[in-house]
Amino acid sequence: MSEIILSVNQISKSFAERRAVDGVSFQIKRGQTLGLIGPNGAGKSTTVSMICGLLRADSGEVLIDGQRVGQGNSAVKQKIGLVPQDLAIYEELSARENLKLFGALYGLKSAKLKTRCDEVLALVNLEDRAADKPSTFSGGMKRRLNIAAGLLHDPQLLILDEPTVGVDPQSRNAIFDSLEVLKRQGRTLIYTSHYMEEVERLADQVVIIDHGKVIADQPPAMLYRQLPAQAALTVDLSGEPTHELLAILKLCSGVKSVHATGAKLDIALGQTEDGLGVLQTLSAQGYAPMHYETAKANLEDIFLTLTGRSLRD
Amino acid sequence: MTAILALIRKDLILFVNDRRALILTVLMPIVLGAFFGYIFGGSGAKEVGKVDIAVVMLDDSNVAKKIATALKSETTFNVVELGVDEARLKVLKGKLSAAVVIPAGFGTASVKGLFGAGPKPEISLFYDPSQTAVLQMTKGLLTQHVMEIVTSEMTNGPAGQEFVSESLDKLEAVASKHPEQKPLREMLASLKAFQTDNLATANKAPSATTPAGSAKGFTLPFTTKEEAMTSGPAKYNGYAHSFAGMSVQFILFMGIDAGISILLARRLGLWNRLLAAPISLSNLLAARALSCALIAFGLLCVIFSVAALVFGVRITGNLFGFLGVGVCFAIMTASFGLLIAAFGKTPEAARSMATFATLIMVMLGGAWVPSFIFPQWMQTATLFVPTRWAVDGFDAMTWRGQGMDVAAECMAVQIGFALLFGSLALWKFGAEAKRA
Repeated sequence: MSEIILSVNQISKSFAERRAVDGVSFQIKRGQTLGLIGPNGAGKSTTVSMICGLLRADSGEVLIDGQRVGQGNSAVKQKIGLVPQDLAIYEELSARENLKLFGALYGLKSAKLKTRCDEVLALVNLEDRAADKPSTFSGGMKRRLNIAAGLLHDPQLLILDEPTVGVDPQSRNAIFDSLEVLKRQGRTLIYTSHYMEEVERLADQVVIIDHGKVIADQPPAMLYRQLPAQAALTVDLSGEPTHELLAILKLCSGVKSVHATGAKLDIALGQTEDGLGVLQTLSAQGYAPMHYETAKANLEDIFLTLTGRSLRD
Repeated sequence: MTAILALIRKDLILFVNDRRALILTVLMPIVLGAFFGYIFGGSGAKEVGKVDIAVVMLDDSNVAKKIATALKSETTFNVVELGVDEARLKVLKGKLSAAVVIPAGFGTASVKGLFGAGPKPEISLFYDPSQTAVLQMTKGLLTQHVMEIVTSEMTNGPAGQEFVSESLDKLEAVASKHPEQKPLREMLASLKAFQTDNLATANKAPSATTPAGSAKGFTLPFTTKEEAMTSGPAKYNGYAHSFAGMSVQFILFMGIDAGISILLARRLGLWNRLLAAPISLSNLLAARALSCALIAFGLLCVIFSVAALVFGVRITGNLFGFLGVGVCFAIMTASFGLLIAAFGKTPEAARSMATFATLIMVMLGGAWVPSFIFPQWMQTATLFVPTRWAVDGFDAMTWRGQGMDVAAECMAVQIGFALLFGSLALWKFGAEAKRA
């Protein structure tokens, strides 16, 4: 069995005059979690649709376990679990009836179907609400059921297309708990989102798409190495700093740059820990910081570095 | 197969779970079927409503009085005597269906008019233009009674005697100049002798059953014997047609909902989730069509069961023919739903268009009123409307008591429409899938 479970090779897709996906390629190894990120309209969902066989690529190919994905290729579809961005569940069927339906579509029946329904309901913490209709659920619970429906047939590749859209932080954590269990179980996941913190929490590999093209495809650690600074320190002083102070700070260990805006300093650092030396230098120079905070660089900064614009512009 | 059965099961559960829609889908055709059935004659046991008309008596002759009495004795009329202005106003306001105005001097003028010996008197008829059938019925019965009473007056009444005597005197005075009028003079003389004889007989036996002047005049030279033509033992039941019509209408509405559910599934992302599973588009559509057909046939059975148990509707024709027509109509409904899903852009727009199309189809199919009252060209044109064959098929198997041969024709046409609708839908879905 090949180590590569999914191979996306130069796929392109146009809608009328607009090129939604333009020569996208990437691969996933078994057990990996791939974060597919990009701003809204970047081409993530179109790419996912082509991977699932819902859209036909104008050119290029998608291989799952070496088999070409295409409309009507049932054997390949059996290997994929899709959790769509939309809440694709029947509001007027009970949670269990929803799962029985989606399980049956993948050939599960009888005792096996019942067992899998129980297992996935437990995984997403909905055992107690199995008999209730999703119309009585909160948004987060519906999202969890949406995920459960994609897991029933124990797919080799689970694709989650923005699974936390419109969900409150508590429900988002609950969803992430479930996803981390799946990750620990060694499942292969594709996770698309424009929430960078979510992808950072899960992904072993990150593919960044912008304007339908892949602009980065690396593990997160490698991506961070492309950044000039790995952390930032913001300090509020009681008064405006002198040019002399700014010059001294630039000489501190790990400091990449220093910008002053009034009494506020924005300092780019090689590591978060480098901030301690900066604060000691300020104190030694007679400046008592009124407030300070440090922040690690994130994928948002990487996207900004790669494209020159914010991810959520 | 497991997948298709699961999808059908899902549709059935969703249909039954939607209690409000379920009740409406079952209750509405029953309520409307009962209403229209009652209006169109019910089970035949009920009294038919009388038509309200007025008689305006501007003449006080015996002839006029007898005409008024004769009209009042008609079971189909509820007759009141009114003045001319009041009668006109009541017809205008729709309080009366028609009014018959018997003009002054009608008794004498009508007798003379019978022989063309003077101007014919004019009976005015006021009528409600929305009830032209009532006008025709009133004219017919009025003609019958006027002819009978005026000819009776001619042979037995004083006006007739006076007219015959006057006419004879005039003819005798010019007899030498006009010998060719001899046969006429002889005929009138015979008539006068007949009148005199009648009068003498009446005077001799005043207690006789036929008093003077009440002998019959000309009567219709025939009577009719009505025989409702149904093959079975049961009589015509108006509910049979109305329940057939309303079933067809509301089951087609259910078919629209089935089509709309596909459009909604597309909008909600459910359709893509289903297509992401290892099931083909054609199987997905087949499952939706099968569930729709099952629901349609189930509804039909429930509605006709109520019609049978409560309203006495009977399948006097072939039971298997009835079931066959029902199954074919259910399949046609399902294919109609697929057609809506295939060509509908949005659920909202599709619902509006489909509802309009359905209402036209059920109207032309004779679901509201029987198609035989349509103009001939429309009756021919509606043979190209599938609902016509459904309604006719149900009528044939219920109160018309027809056999399998008639059912087979209705079934074949409906299956033809189902194939047409289904093929168009599959072609459109297929074309879209190729473009995706």
